[in-house]
Amino acid sequence: MSLDTMNSTHPAEVPQKRVIAPSGAKPVPFRGGGFKTRKFGYVGPLVFIVIIAIWEFGSQSGIISPIALPAPSEAFGAIQDLVRTGQLWTHLQASLYRLSVGWFFGSMLGVTVGLAIGLFSVARAGISPIVSALFPIPKIALLPLFIVWFGIGEGSKVATILFGTFFPTVIATYGGVDNVDRNLIRMGQSFGLSWLSIVRKIIIPGALPAILSGFRISASIAIVLLVAAEMIGAQYGIGAYILMAGAIFATDQLIAGVAMLSILGLTIGWLIGKAEQYFLNWRT
Amino acid sequence: MDLVIDNITHRYGQTDVLENINFELKSGEIVCIIGPSGCGKSTLLRFIGGLERPTSGRVLIAGEPPAGSLNPLTYIFQDFALLPWRTVEGNVSLVLEDHGIRGDKAEAVIEDVLRRTKLSDFRKALPRQLSGGMKQRVAIARALSVNPAVMLMDEPLSALDSQTRELLLDDLVELWSREKFSACYVTHNLAEAVRLGHKIIVLSRRPGRIRQVVEINMPLAERAGRLAELEETQRHLWNLMRDEARAADMELADVA
Repeated sequence: MSLDTMNSTHPAEVPQKRVIAPSGAKPVPFRGGGFKTRKFGYVGPLVFIVIIAIWEFGSQSGIISPIALPAPSEAFGAIQDLVRTGQLWTHLQASLYRLSVGWFFGSMLGVTVGLAIGLFSVARAGISPIVSALFPIPKIALLPLFIVWFGIGEGSKVATILFGTFFPTVIATYGGVDNVDRNLIRMGQSFGLSWLSIVRKIIIPGALPAILSGFRISASIAIVLLVAAEMIGAQYGIGAYILMAGAIFATDQLIAGVAMLSILGLTIGWLIGKAEQYFLNWRT
Repeated sequence: MDLVIDNITHRYGQTDVLENINFELKSGEIVCIIGPSGCGKSTLLRFIGGLERPTSGRVLIAGEPPAGSLNPLTYIFQDFALLPWRTVEGNVSLVLEDHGIRGDKAEAVIEDVLRRTKLSDFRKALPRQLSGGMKQRVAIARALSVNPAVMLMDEPLSALDSQTRELLLDDLVELWSREKFSACYVTHNLAEAVRLGHKIIVLSRRPGRIRQVVEINMPLAERAGRLAELEETQRHLWNLMRDEARAADMELADVA
């Protein structure tokens, strides 16, 4: 029935008035609430500060032996030393260079191959078994081979990171392509869009959320591999710095190096978060 | 431009989906296809638009599409099929870009179709900000922008709540009164069929055959006010479909 027909009979309007509840009527008990994530933006940093404060207090009062764990202030002092001598920039520069080159090319190749697997059945049949076979190999195990192939210098380190980031990116990308709404593709076809237009305007934007979350994972893998690669035959770099500190049991420097890695990871995660906000603002 | 559906039969493996479907879609006419769920009516629509191929039979185009028609056979989907990352105007311009319509020319077309679908104030909105009815209006605007000769509408109002459906139904009638587009309108909603169809094709359950073709001569614009007279046609259609709908409801879904 249409709504229009309902207008033909005019129902009598009931006057509105407040209902008086009988005595003894109780309100319905509230059972909802909870199970909701709320934002406590300040809690995260606060936890950090509290832990570091307890640690510092433990070291100062002698509860934590300086041999077992240096005080945070000492590690901070080590960082200050690095800044003063200019070593910080040398190490950071070397690491960032390897990280950015390896991650950039690994990701670009990964997205390209992932798209190929997602779009062409032949590529899927041919490449995806290889990806499955090579993905679980720890790339560190191949480092000696990479040294033979690409030299002891930058080549082998960049190659380790490149291979390490390549595979997760491939898998994230073709998973993303597979999950693009088929009906949107059909819509593109029904309007006579060219193959290239469908790929550029429908498939790639549709796969972008999965690709970006792949970047998050591959960036963390890249940092892990960076340190491992720099522990072999590197003069500069955060990994080399940590290795050297470990070799002479300079635990304050070691903690300083680890703190730098953690800050690096946080920064990259934050940057990817910003990229998601920018590129995926269409999501709810 | 007319469409001739010439003896279409379709099978998926062992299952007969459609059998000997023959009808004609004349210019300026709305043909509604109704049938119980799983009778292959959406599949038939995909054949008509060339998105799938039937096992046998053909869909023929008689005559030339009107001049300036970029995409003669244009769909409107049940789930709207809007790109969530493009704004309202971006979704319309998507289908113009591939025909080389850009810049001022595209601007003029977008402006025009958004005005015709009462969306001018929402040009920059993203689909997630719009209600279901508005999203379907955007999809209609997108379809109008390519000057279709025939609109292929696959349950366009089924994802909407009943009030919105009523509003959009009025909009479609108004639009048709102005532009006299032809359409093949697939639905399971009998009320929509009697409000919009010049011709209503009733399909039987699998294998889908044409059970009856009902013609309604009342002008579309008058139908909203003369629903009592349409009630009889609607009841007749329901009698045709009832038993099959019941059987379809009891069936195990093994074929999509």
